[in-house]
Amino acid sequence: MEINYLVLSAEIILSLTGIAIVISTVYPFKNKEKLLGYVALLGISLALFSVTNNWNQNGEAFSQMIFQDNFGTFCKALFLLSSATIICVSIPYLRKAQLPPGEFFSLLIFSTIGMSLMVSSSDLIMTFLGLELLSISTYVLAGYNEQKRKSNESAIKYFILGAFSTAFLLYGIAFIYGITGSTKYLKIAEVISNFQTVPLPLLLGLGLLIVGFGFKAALAPFQVWTPDVYEGAPIPITAHLAVGSKVAAFVAFARILYQLAPDLSLYWQSILWISAVLTMMIGNIAALTQTNIKRMLAYSSIAHAGYLLVGLISHSQLGIQSLLFYLVAYALMTLGTLAIIQVLGRQNESNVDIQDYTGLSHRQPFLSATLSIFLISLAGIPITGGFVGKLFLFSAAIESQLYGLVVIALIASAIGLYYYLRIIVLMYMKTTKNLEIPIDIPVPVRFVITVMVAGTLYLGILPNTLLQLAWKAVSF
Amino acid sequence: MLNLLLIIPAIGALGILLLPHKKSNLIRNLSLVVSLITFILSLTLLFQFDSQISQMQFIEDKIWFEVGPVSVHYHIGIDGLSLFLVLLTTFLFPISILASWHIKTNISSYMSLLLLLEMGIIGVFISLDLILFYVFWEVTLIPMYFLIGIWGGKQRIYATVKFFIYTMASSLLMLAAIIPLYFLNPSKSFNLIEITNKLVNGEIILSPSVEILLFLAFFLAFAVKIPLFPLHTWLPDAHVEAPTAGSVILAGVLLKMGTYGLLRFCIPLFPKASLTLAPIISILAIIGIIYGSLIAMVQPDMKKLVAYSSISHLGFVVLGIFSFNLISIEGATYQMLNHGLSTCALFLMIGMIYDRRHTHLIEDFGGLAQVIPRYAALFMFFALSSIGLPGLNGFVGEFLILQGTFLENPGHAAFAALGIILSAIYMLWMYQRVFMGKVHHEQNRLLSDISTREIIILVPIVIMILWMGIYPGPFLRKMDSSLQLVVDRIEQSRESESYRVELIGN
Repeated sequence: MEINYLVLSAEIILSLTGIAIVISTVYPFKNKEKLLGYVALLGISLALFSVTNNWNQNGEAFSQMIFQDNFGTFCKALFLLSSATIICVSIPYLRKAQLPPGEFFSLLIFSTIGMSLMVSSSDLIMTFLGLELLSISTYVLAGYNEQKRKSNESAIKYFILGAFSTAFLLYGIAFIYGITGSTKYLKIAEVISNFQTVPLPLLLGLGLLIVGFGFKAALAPFQVWTPDVYEGAPIPITAHLAVGSKVAAFVAFARILYQLAPDLSLYWQSILWISAVLTMMIGNIAALTQTNIKRMLAYSSIAHAGYLLVGLISHSQLGIQSLLFYLVAYALMTLGTLAIIQVLGRQNESNVDIQDYTGLSHRQPFLSATLSIFLISLAGIPITGGFVGKLFLFSAAIESQLYGLVVIALIASAIGLYYYLRIIVLMYMKTTKNLEIPIDIPVPVRFVITVMVAGTLYLGILPNTLLQLAWKAVSF
Repeated sequence: MLNLLLIIPAIGALGILLLPHKKSNLIRNLSLVVSLITFILSLTLLFQFDSQISQMQFIEDKIWFEVGPVSVHYHIGIDGLSLFLVLLTTFLFPISILASWHIKTNISSYMSLLLLLEMGIIGVFISLDLILFYVFWEVTLIPMYFLIGIWGGKQRIYATVKFFIYTMASSLLMLAAIIPLYFLNPSKSFNLIEITNKLVNGEIILSPSVEILLFLAFFLAFAVKIPLFPLHTWLPDAHVEAPTAGSVILAGVLLKMGTYGLLRFCIPLFPKASLTLAPIISILAIIGIIYGSLIAMVQPDMKKLVAYSSISHLGFVVLGIFSFNLISIEGATYQMLNHGLSTCALFLMIGMIYDRRHTHLIEDFGGLAQVIPRYAALFMFFALSSIGLPGLNGFVGEFLILQGTFLENPGHAAFAALGIILSAIYMLWMYQRVFMGKVHHEQNRLLSDISTREIIILVPIVIMILWMGIYPGPFLRKMDSSLQLVVDRIEQSRESESYRVELIGN
């Protein structure tokens, strides 16, 4: 048995940081949210440093419980950056909403550990542990604003449905273990490849796994919880759910499908094909009718999960590479959009109705210009990262000859144009007499928004660097 | 060289955004200077251009992004077809910036959007990589969307959303056709020239049904842009609601992106499908010519009248392209430039009267020739150019198109010729109601005649119209060899026996 702590150095650093933050909550510091926020950021930067050092070093640890490969490293770096962004925007949020920062940051960090474990796991039990660590932390975080009914509703809904889906996942793992006699990805794949005919319980197990991950990644028909939970959760947590949690579910799912069940691709491709069509259509059509911007973004994130599925279904290196690229672009634009919504929402998350954005360009030129860029990117229009990402996803699907799926995805994107544009129309082309006091944008949030805009445009104009990285990250 | 045509407007657009918003005069002058520099640079292209060469010139080819099996190049170049469209673009932009001198709200965003639009349009005309082309194609959409939506008329939001959804939805189809072309290409690239050559050599073989599907996907994107009947309904709204510079650019060059796309992509890539579908497309074009003129005739609004006349004129262009001989295609290309000049001038003049009276309804005017004679004379000149009076540019283009079409299909030419008569009717009737007779409305007596700035805007167009009408030789000679390639492509597939056998077999 070989234990290689270096492989888990990032997770260890994060755990220590999380525990330190929990302990520090008992001491009465001044400006606690700032101090603890910086501690959390420091921990994340150290973890990021150790993760990036692992680039191009493959290996495994804990008797094949953990993989270390570029895919994991790439995704971990993405999780860490996303969590760092969320911490930046949470600092002013927590101060205004007067919420205790200690538990918030530590839970955020624990959920990041969960995501890292999910993506680097090579054993179903380990994946399950990572998923649980992520889920339980986010259940609490969703209800963190205990004074608000909506936040409580969000947490309860998320918890009950999440617990159900976890049960499905565990049941699926049990089936797979029962048939193949192992929980290790590569071992299972080996056993499956020796089967003459695929046994039914194995397919049942695979189906249950798809249900479990489908819930976490908000794929139709398991997407119903998303709008309510996103609407009620505190905005930084909405961002965490829409980006971190969803990305983690996607990449862990991708690893399972590609490493554990490559021989069953015929089955999961056809199941996910239906799910992708439903996800894209439900997401885009439902988003058309929303009046609350958080709900609209929830549906838009469902639609994006559908596009991501297109890459997954392609079952090729190009498919996974496009998935990774799109996840980065998606993270940038979603985090940026939610940061803007948070600033506009002020203390008590008002201004979440789409009508509140009327004439915003006159009052907030910076916010409305940046929001437009994010929306244009979400709609997949050049010269933004969203366009290059979609181009690659659809190219991967055409390479795998999924013409029907691409046509449906294009129709879905065309529908999507309308609701993204609607906000731009309201901000720029309509005027309102409602004169508000100007909002001062907190420095960390302004920083986050600027970085996200720069990143979105950078990925649209000079995507080569990230494309190459993502290509090298696909090691299976 | 070509790089600069993209870089200068882009830098200008960014630079203007960084200037302080209050200095509106500085912003205006700076954007004028940027667009003039671009124009002068594009003129040097004209002199260095070698009209003997039918291939692309001034080529730049670098890798833009490349990963695994996918590589997209920054590949640009021009030939006789794109040369003049680039020149038309760079020529019209200083004019439309001058025509926007009075814009007050948010001048820096306005000017920077205009320059971004200029970069996008030039990019469309010079890109030789399919993805690069698609990117520029979409990039033109966003500034136009904002220009109409923010600085437009009362119904601007309806107009701009309609414009955006129409064009964006159809161009997504084009994207859906671009990617399969890539994977059919054995050497995996989006290089237009390479793909065309391989289609000619038979290294890429498209089955007839695939070819028709891909053709239709490209064609729909272009047909919306042109706009071809029955996809034209966005155009009158967008034109009427757009600010003057927006209408000028829309009519002048944006619509030409569609007809350019037909000549550059649809026909060379899918000649057999073009031949198969040409009868239907020609009939749609003829319907467009006659329908556009008839609707123009009954318009109460001058701007809408000119907008519908565009549908009719662009119908001529499409008819010329799909008659597939050198004369008609040359005429069509020439007509793109003519329409750019004369329609722009008409929109500019309507914009000028709108600045004074805040209306472009025909019934609000009458007898203007007595009050503002110089304005009336210039308007007459442009109206005649649009009708196609011999000696002015419109005549040359329409004549070549009709001559070429007659050689292929006399019936088509006969019906299309009706359009010329109708265009004389609607234009002159409108002129009569606006400028002749008595002054009905007292406030029209106070109108001031055309100002020096307005004359500076219009004189270059007058000169070009006269030059292109009297001495079209130099223009046509430069286009010749490049357009001959398009015709050869069609002729080659017309002759290919296998195609006939397939047709009979089916």
